Amino acid sequence: MAGNSEYDTIVIGGGMVGMSIAYGLVRGGERVLVLDQGDDAFRAARGNFGLVWVQGKGIAYPAYARWSMAGAKAWPSFAANLHQQTGIDVQLSQIGGLDIYLDADQLAARAEKLRTLADGVGEPYPFKVLDPAGVRELCPEIGPDVVGAIFTPMDGHVSPLRLLRALVQAFTQFGGELRSGADAGAIAFRDGVFTVTAGDERYTSGKLVLAAGLGNRALAPLVGLSAPVVPNRGQILVTERLRPFLAYPTGHVRQTGDGGVQIGDSKEDVGFDDGTSHEQLSRMARQAARMFPVLAGANIIRTWGALRIMTPDGFPIYQASTDCPGAFVVTCHSGVTLAARHAGVIADWIRGGPPPDELGAFSAERFHV
Amino acid sequence: MFRALDGGGAKQSIDVDGRRVQVRAGIPLAIALLEAGVIPFRKTPVSGEPRAPVCLMGVCFECRVAVDGRSGVQACMIEVADGMSVRISSGDALAGDDADV
Repeated sequence: MAGNSEYDTIVIGGGMVGMSIAYGLVRGGERVLVLDQGDDAFRAARGNFGLVWVQGKGIAYPAYARWSMAGAKAWPSFAANLHQQTGIDVQLSQIGGLDIYLDADQLAARAEKLRTLADGVGEPYPFKVLDPAGVRELCPEIGPDVVGAIFTPMDGHVSPLRLLRALVQAFTQFGGELRSGADAGAIAFRDGVFTVTAGDERYTSGKLVLAAGLGNRALAPLVGLSAPVVPNRGQILVTERLRPFLAYPTGHVRQTGDGGVQIGDSKEDVGFDDGTSHEQLSRMARQAARMFPVLAGANIIRTWGALRIMTPDGFPIYQASTDCPGAFVVTCHSGVTLAARHAGVIADWIRGGPPPDELGAFSAERFHV
Repeated sequence: MFRALDGGGAKQSIDVDGRRVQVRAGIPLAIALLEAGVIPFRKTPVSGEPRAPVCLMGVCFECRVAVDGRSGVQACMIEVADGMSVRISSGDALAGDDADV
């Protein structure tokens, strides 16, 4: 590590991924600077759904299934630490989650895929296919069109906004510095020192973590790395606060700890357009009201679009640079599910520890064969 | 608690939880209820805390009441109408059947 740098590590990106890693680094005693863009940035961290989700992840890629399972398992102590540090309750609930179906063929096809996944994952992968009566036991408010659901006790949910606030607060309490409105442009690497230019300011560090979401695509090549990420839009509707009626998160609908119900399952390839469309919003609202007829009378108070950060195969990239030792790139589209991993084993790895198991599966080299 | 600066003009009659209330014609229902001393407007369905309007411009959703049998109506966003029936005890959109009891 270069002794003449201002910081041990500069993290570019103050979203869910960047703040989780930065929090893990300062907790380990590092001097850390986070450079974050302004409020006009795309900010997947402020638009997401808040699932701590395992089921269905890593079909045909067991390493990602195991990585997600480990991520979910690390959540309880992570949330407890954040609560102790900041007093912020991130509303973590991990009582299991449901993927609800209105079409029997789709349910059967999905169940078959999960069976294959469970057989190949190499550790217990508990899940159940429920008939409507089984679903009703967990969610009494489901409608007559529901044909069944897939339940796993591994799933959960959390308030993503409280999480981001808790991460920022904990990071700051440990002495971390967060610069907002800082648009990292040029990066230079010389004699073991990274110099990052953001506007008129220049900052130096011994290590550099790229956690800039869609911005990683342009930043990674500056330090001998690669992050071929593209945007994928999701839209969300949120209702007025309603009496608690849905304890379990589902892949389409979840009721937050504050009573509002989030509805959202769209996936669209529309470039960098983070707006909303009447077509998708009305489709999702109709579907949600079929799943939960009580929602038919609820007011929608906000809708928004946000851009997922997708690699070509949908799995994360974790990679250390060989050209510029000390530079790392991290990108994924599950910054909530994996937050505890990022603050834990990934931060430990960046601090100089051994790479966690599975990490070899997430090198960007897999896109260059 | 609230008093109209110009209290004149036409009056209309609405029903608030079975009570007949004279209100100024043509004003938002939320204002009419505030002038009639209706507090709170609702209780939150999550914690049961009493609530009243915060923004009076359609954003805060704290002024929801049941109007003519329809629950979850933002009182600041509709005009009073003669004979309107308002239930302040049931601002919960999921309360359903008891909204127009």
